Amino acid sequence: MSKKLLLKDAHIEGIRYFDVYRKQGGYEALEKALKMTTDEILEEVKTSGLRGRGGAGFPTGMKWSFLAKPEGVPRHLVVNADESEPGTFKDRYLMEFLPHLLIEGMLISSFCLGSNVSYIYIRGEYSWIPDILEEAIEEARNAGFLGKNILGTGFDCEIYVQRGAGAYICGEETALLESLEGKRGNPRLKPPFPAVKGLWERPTVVNNVETIAAVVPIINISGAEYAKIGVGRSTGTKLISACGNINKPGVYEIDMTITVEEFIYSEEYCGGIPNGKKLKACIPGGSSVPIVPANLTLKTINGEPRYMNYESLADGGFATGTMMGSGGFEVLDEDQCIVEHTMTLSRFYAHESCGQCTPCREGTPWMYKILKKIEKGEGTMEDIDLLWDIQRKIEGNTICPLGDAAAWPVAAAIRHFRDEFEWHVKNPELSQKQNYGLANYADPIPATAAN
Amino acid sequence: MSETIAFKPETLTQVQKIIAKYPEGRQKSALIPILHVAQKEFGGWLDVPVMDYVAEILNITPIEVYEVATFYTMFNMQPVGKYVLEVCRTGPCLTRGSEKILNHIRTKLNIKDGETTADGMFTLKPAECLGACGYAPMLQLGKFYHENLTIEKVDEILELCRQGAIKLD
Repeated sequence: MSKKLLLKDAHIEGIRYFDVYRKQGGYEALEKALKMTTDEILEEVKTSGLRGRGGAGFPTGMKWSFLAKPEGVPRHLVVNADESEPGTFKDRYLMEFLPHLLIEGMLISSFCLGSNVSYIYIRGEYSWIPDILEEAIEEARNAGFLGKNILGTGFDCEIYVQRGAGAYICGEETALLESLEGKRGNPRLKPPFPAVKGLWERPTVVNNVETIAAVVPIINISGAEYAKIGVGRSTGTKLISACGNINKPGVYEIDMTITVEEFIYSEEYCGGIPNGKKLKACIPGGSSVPIVPANLTLKTINGEPRYMNYESLADGGFATGTMMGSGGFEVLDEDQCIVEHTMTLSRFYAHESCGQCTPCREGTPWMYKILKKIEKGEGTMEDIDLLWDIQRKIEGNTICPLGDAAAWPVAAAIRHFRDEFEWHVKNPELSQKQNYGLANYADPIPATAAN
Repeated sequence: MSETIAFKPETLTQVQKIIAKYPEGRQKSALIPILHVAQKEFGGWLDVPVMDYVAEILNITPIEVYEVATFYTMFNMQPVGKYVLEVCRTGPCLTRGSEKILNHIRTKLNIKDGETTADGMFTLKPAECLGACGYAPMLQLGKFYHENLTIEKVDEILELCRQGAIKLD
């Protein structure tokens, strides 16, 4: 049983509301933090080893320590709630069911960073959630935890919610800031980094919803205790949003010491694959991380069990490993077609490319078109090579990571499932009637592979 | 346009509240939230005079509004039906049968993707990942998500729309 820090009270009726949240010890971390110095809070966050939960996994304490503090210039905390990575729906869960956890985390973080006006930028499609957040904000204000002179400490903090309007790219922090300034979501060149020139050219920290929520337990139990949970550099707990072909889709909190096998098959988590089907592949960290076949999902290339943490999921690099990413965990069973699935992801990235950089603007629709051609049984062997070539020319050649995010799923699909692509080319008619199936994707990893 | 475009007084109060969220001189930040309000008030899409009106309110040039409105998927640049069915079809929804849902709607309403039924009731707008992957297949209708869809559930939703009994806001 994993230790729960964020979702420990999620089952309590009415936890959405201030009174219930407060009864469970809510806002005690804020009371504690307001008696600490800002350096002490920063030290706790650093000690905790907390890493950004949006996908990149950058150490949060380090990010905070980069924040420039020029005299007389306001600073801002911006919470990235533009959750749009396919497979990811954990921040939505936090905001819908535990809005006060986010608000409390924001107040502590704002105090530490010196932000008197902080923003939540939420994806536009989550259109019923701003009401929930704004209600929580008003409740916190009425209780004296938000607004002017919080708890008589002289610290002022306002929190505002802004909705986006349907653009995956706004999850990239500089695109988010552009959008928050009322512009198209075109990512900015870095440097300058947001920590120096962010929102309205002011020093800004942008953090994911789950990251900011995790600050609450860190202050409650101390950074050192938080760091004891988990393993290695994967400290604390992580929310995993599980979807695809599993019996129990949903949001789970794990302490990063369990194996992938346990996560997929145990009753506590995904509860296995429906209808007795077999595991074919898995995308464990949101659609942009490499897809891995069943055998490499459950084990590393060295035959060791694969664990649900940053290091173990990445074991083997992109050749045989994948990434923790955002924790958007998608399971594909033997009936799924890898070509078709990859095609939908490519369509997604083509749709979401902001159009600023040529390799991404031109490359993503080309990948989609070629995948569609292969999927329809009209592809050639050269198309597979062309696809490989295009993804290689996108990766690393764009201002923001959307290019990489679009290239990696295609690269991994060809790397591990090339035989399935070739089968589509060789069997144009048959491939329209049936799927390639499980093939040898679940076979044991050959002993020689370890060498 | 023969009529003058203007927000209702209560909407204008709401708009002023949105602008007040941002520092003085940074009112352009309110653009996206106000476009949401405008789209809702002026028939579900953003016609040029509507965008010009928003530009005027925010004291920015019309092109600053057009370039933003055309960038974001949620803003409709053309008239849409009374009920816009936004059906997610990205990978995770695909694994749980989103294509079946889409095909059912296409056949039943006899429209292609992006089209509106002749009676102006429904628009089908296939969507990319809406963050409901665990509750797939799904569609968005107005402010809300309808999840764990089956063909029967879709039929029920369409019927409720026809009766004007579905909650959009």
